[in-house]
Amino acid sequence: MTVQTPLARAEGLGAAHSGTHHFWRQRVSAIALIPLTIWFCITAIALIGADRNHAVVVLARPVNAIAMALFVISAVHHMALGVQVVIEDYVHQEGAKIALLVTNRFFAWLVGAACLFALAKIAL
Amino acid sequence: MAEKAKSPRATRPLSPHLQIYRWPVTMAASIAHRVTGLGLTAGTLLVTWWLVAAASGTDSYDFFSAAARSPAGQLVLFGFVWSLAFHLLNGVRHLAWDLGAGFELRTANRTGIAAVVLSFVLAVAVFAVAYVEKGLRA
Repeated sequence: MTVQTPLARAEGLGAAHSGTHHFWRQRVSAIALIPLTIWFCITAIALIGADRNHAVVVLARPVNAIAMALFVISAVHHMALGVQVVIEDYVHQEGAKIALLVTNRFFAWLVGAACLFALAKIAL
Repeated sequence: MAEKAKSPRATRPLSPHLQIYRWPVTMAASIAHRVTGLGLTAGTLLVTWWLVAAASGTDSYDFFSAAARSPAGQLVLFGFVWSLAFHLLNGVRHLAWDLGAGFELRTANRTGIAAVVLSFVLAVAVFAVAYVEKGLRA
């Protein structure tokens, strides 16, 4: 039994200090990644054994460059959200937790920036 | 103490008895989802390496290709491809659960086994294509 009023229970952000935002973004990026991952695999398989010039020509095609950019963005987003949950589940010491959560974000941005810059250089 | 040890409570097997505990497939799939997720996080560095090498030039790309074709590279790539396949298939199970579907024990067990089996089939198929169709040699 709770002594809280219904309004008090509905207010605030709960124990996780956030609402359903994280859950929802994780699901949206997951749905986006289903077709993008299949596309990525087909493209990568097609480029097995290809030399650099052929790989660049294929990746520079607008459709491929756009799909690869979307794949990278969705993947690093989904990755940052997923790893965040793992850290929050297993690391309970506050200082270590915050350090790892920050590292997690930096890693995702680093991977995303490097991939997108490389892609821009290939495609443009 | 002796009397206490003989009581039914003390002689009963202790739960969860970790050494003989048989993992339900749903639990194994759940743990594998996390492990493959973390593996794929490391795997993004492979994708980054590939794209940055392609952007950098022929020497960088040849170095990447040689590393990918080496036995160690093939092993890492197989792990990456399998992780991608499993995480994708098991992720679809999670999305179905979010819609409230597939929670029945029989269904959850069957889809769990299907995710494990199909992920290996897909990973082997990708490598079969690479070796047979592309004539790839290590």
